[in-house]
Amino acid sequence: MVKRDKVVTKNLNLWFGDNHVLKDVDIGIEENKVTAVIGPSGCGKSTFLRCLNRMNDLIDTTRITGKVLFDGEDVYNNRMDVVDLRRRVGMVFQKPNPFPKSVFENVAYGLRIQGIRYGIHEKVEKALRSAVLWDEVKNRLNISALSLSGGQQQRLCIARALACEPEVILMDEPCSALDPTATAKIEELLFTLKERYTICIVTHNMQQAARVSDYAAFLLLGELVEFNDTNKIFTNPKDKRTEDYITGRFG
Amino acid sequence: MTKEIFIKRFFLFFALLSIFFLAGIVFVLFKEGISLFTRVNIIDFLFGKSWYPTHTPAEFGILPLILGSLLVTAGALVVAVPLGIGSAIYVSEIAKPGIRDVIKPLLEILAGVPSVVYGFFGMVIFAPFIQNLFNLPTGLTAFTASVILGIMALPTIASIAEDAISSVPVSFKEASLSLGATKWETIVRVIVPSAMSGISTAIILGMGRAIGETMTVLMVAGGSAIIPHTFFQPVRAMTATIAAEMGETVVGSMHYQSLFAIAIVLFMLTLTFNIIADFISQKFKKKMTGGL
Amino acid sequence: MKKRKLKQIIGFSLLRISVSIAIFALFSILYFIVVRGAGVINLEFFTSMPREGMTEGGILPAILGTFYLAIGAILFALPLSVFAAIYLSEYARQGRLIRVIRLGVNNLAGVPSVVFGLFGLAVFVKFFGFGVSIISGALTLGILILPTIIRASEEALLAVPRSFREASLALGATKWQTIRRAVLPSATPGILTGAILGVGRAAGETAPILFTAATFFITRLPSSIFDEVQALPYHIYALMTEGTHPDLQVPIAYGTALILISLVLLINLVAITIRYRIRKEKRW
Ligand SMILES: Nc1ncnc2c1ncn2[C@@H]1O[C@H](COP(=O)(O)OP(=O)(O)OP(=O)(O)O)[C@@H](O)[C@H]1O
Ligand SMILES: [Mg+2]
Repeated sequence: MVKRDKVVTKNLNLWFGDNHVLKDVDIGIEENKVTAVIGPSGCGKSTFLRCLNRMNDLIDTTRITGKVLFDGEDVYNNRMDVVDLRRRVGMVFQKPNPFPKSVFENVAYGLRIQGIRYGIHEKVEKALRSAVLWDEVKNRLNISALSLSGGQQQRLCIARALACEPEVILMDEPCSALDPTATAKIEELLFTLKERYTICIVTHNMQQAARVSDYAAFLLLGELVEFNDTNKIFTNPKDKRTEDYITGRFG
Repeated sequence: MTKEIFIKRFFLFFALLSIFFLAGIVFVLFKEGISLFTRVNIIDFLFGKSWYPTHTPAEFGILPLILGSLLVTAGALVVAVPLGIGSAIYVSEIAKPGIRDVIKPLLEILAGVPSVVYGFFGMVIFAPFIQNLFNLPTGLTAFTASVILGIMALPTIASIAEDAISSVPVSFKEASLSLGATKWETIVRVIVPSAMSGISTAIILGMGRAIGETMTVLMVAGGSAIIPHTFFQPVRAMTATIAAEMGETVVGSMHYQSLFAIAIVLFMLTLTFNIIADFISQKFKKKMTGGL
Repeated sequence: MKKRKLKQIIGFSLLRISVSIAIFALFSILYFIVVRGAGVINLEFFTSMPREGMTEGGILPAILGTFYLAIGAILFALPLSVFAAIYLSEYARQGRLIRVIRLGVNNLAGVPSVVFGLFGLAVFVKFFGFGVSIISGALTLGILILPTIIRASEEALLAVPRSFREASLALGATKWQTIRRAVLPSATPGILTGAILGVGRAAGETAPILFTAATFFITRLPSSIFDEVQALPYHIYALMTEGTHPDLQVPIAYGTALILISLVLLINLVAITIRYRIRKEKRW
């Protein structure tokens, strides 16, 4: 079977004002695999992730050079419809961020803004099932999403993203605000999700990266130091800096 | 996409309305007031000592009115600045949460009392009290107006100063306390100096509020358009002159024009205060975020 | 050490005295107006017209007039302010334009109220030919409260967490969909608070309506927005400075002041309560 990269970056550079945050990042994110991005705090992991669905556009001082290819098409091309791109690329944030609406309305949000009128119920249920949240909330879809636990809220946010039927899901430290049980649930979820979606996840937790990902990319001060099979990165890193980082010898 | 741009322009239009109205005010004041200066010398207008707009020949010297405004405003600040800042410090640094939750709304209520009610209270209660206390021929004096106006400006100053004081980082306070300073020393040496630009903004805005206030000075200050010599005599402020006389003027007459000309002076003064206040708070913002 | 302690005690006492004076001032104003105004007030005071050249009767026209003016002002100012605030908080990027707009809003807030009156006189009364009328007064008051509501609305919009906007945009919502569905619903209580405060402010202002809307004495209630009106704040002023029977007019002024102050305080109290609730419940 031929490997197929869903998202590819080429010479991706990004500045916030004078701060050069990403430096010549070249990476290929393979379809139906989990790619983990690791690296010390402030190295640009979140920024990298937000390049892929152009969320950095929201920051006034952003300047970007290089390419981000989504199915071969440059997302920073003028002809690219950002709104459509973001629908095709789902995102889950570090802190669960449900809207102050009901559980149901949270999941239906993406459908409603697309003007979908019919079959919303089925789609919401499907998304909640995919996020393994259905059984916990099926009898109380009308309660406020804010009354769910942190782990449930995060799975709700995943369901909200899934309801739009994205092709790629970006996750920025989705478990950092959760306890071990909730984390385990989400990790389990990743295994089932990757059958249908391409996933890119940022994490601080080395064990988590080793457990869930097929590929791992190590970023340091905005540079892509090493990118390889997760196994190889963790058992036989080529770069000294990678080794230092994953063994915890790094600041 | 074009729809989004249209929506953005739509909102921009409304955002620009404030400037449009401000410009409109300037335009109107000048349009209605400027022709006065074809017949009255600007120097005579600003520094003339007599205001007899209805006499023949009429005299349009507004120096007494300017001095009246300044005197009452200065007096108001003497009352409002220490009390306002004192209240702000008390609320943000000393009051226990329960007490603070009572006092803050009370100060907001004080700010919400309509100015005509202050004027009314000044006229019926406070002026007679002052008259008896100091044995004056009338209680309607610059002093009376200053006190009332000071109480009015107090909550304005207190609220802005309190914002400034509570935004002083806790770490400053802790550093000072950990060095063995008392709470009072910390307030005087660390907190107030750190909040100084916010406090200055508060004072300047309070000043703007006092000089632009109309009903209170109209009702309480007495209304004599003569150059004041003491605090305990009736004075007439610029705002009060406009309010009291506009009703009797003939549209387009020199008297009408002269009242708009006074408004130009008043507008310029408050504009200056506001720009200074804006400048200070802008600088302050830079200082607080620039270091990060 | 003792000296330093003493200094602190004296300092704290001075601060306490400052607050006490402020609170004392508030309560003495309320005390006199309540005690002397309460005696005048009865049902007839609310529901009847003034009689005998303002020396007898009620203040119905002034109550209604203030109601019309304040409602008119907010109907005019609220949409304009909310639209302006949406631009400032959602669309504007840091830069010269936004600096200029902010300066405009801040300076408009600092314009003396009597100057608004002159503006209204020259523009609405004269230029547009609305005459001394409800519409002239309401528009003048509307411009006066514009900055208050813009600021409150902007604050309410800015208090909506960034994460709501990001979540919505990341789901493929357009900017406008995000504002309408994810931002505005959460900002509504705060915007309402601003609007209520604006109504309170408009109801209490006198100087802007002196030459644009208010009259001392009318014999019939206004029947259109082009009629002049009585208004509570102006009525107090007029009772104190016009007319020929101060002895009979002052008690009516007390009653009017009590009604005006109760109205304004009630409005403020509602706004403060809503805001307090919002802050406490901050569900995100
Ligand atoms: N909105 C912003 N404006 C300006 N600079 C920013 C902004 N967001 C991030 N940065 C800067 O970009 C750099 C990379 O930040 P980023 O958030 O991508 O790091 P990260 O690797 O995700 O860190 P963490 O693990 O702590 O989340 C940092 O130096 C940060 O200061
Ligand atoms: Mg991050």
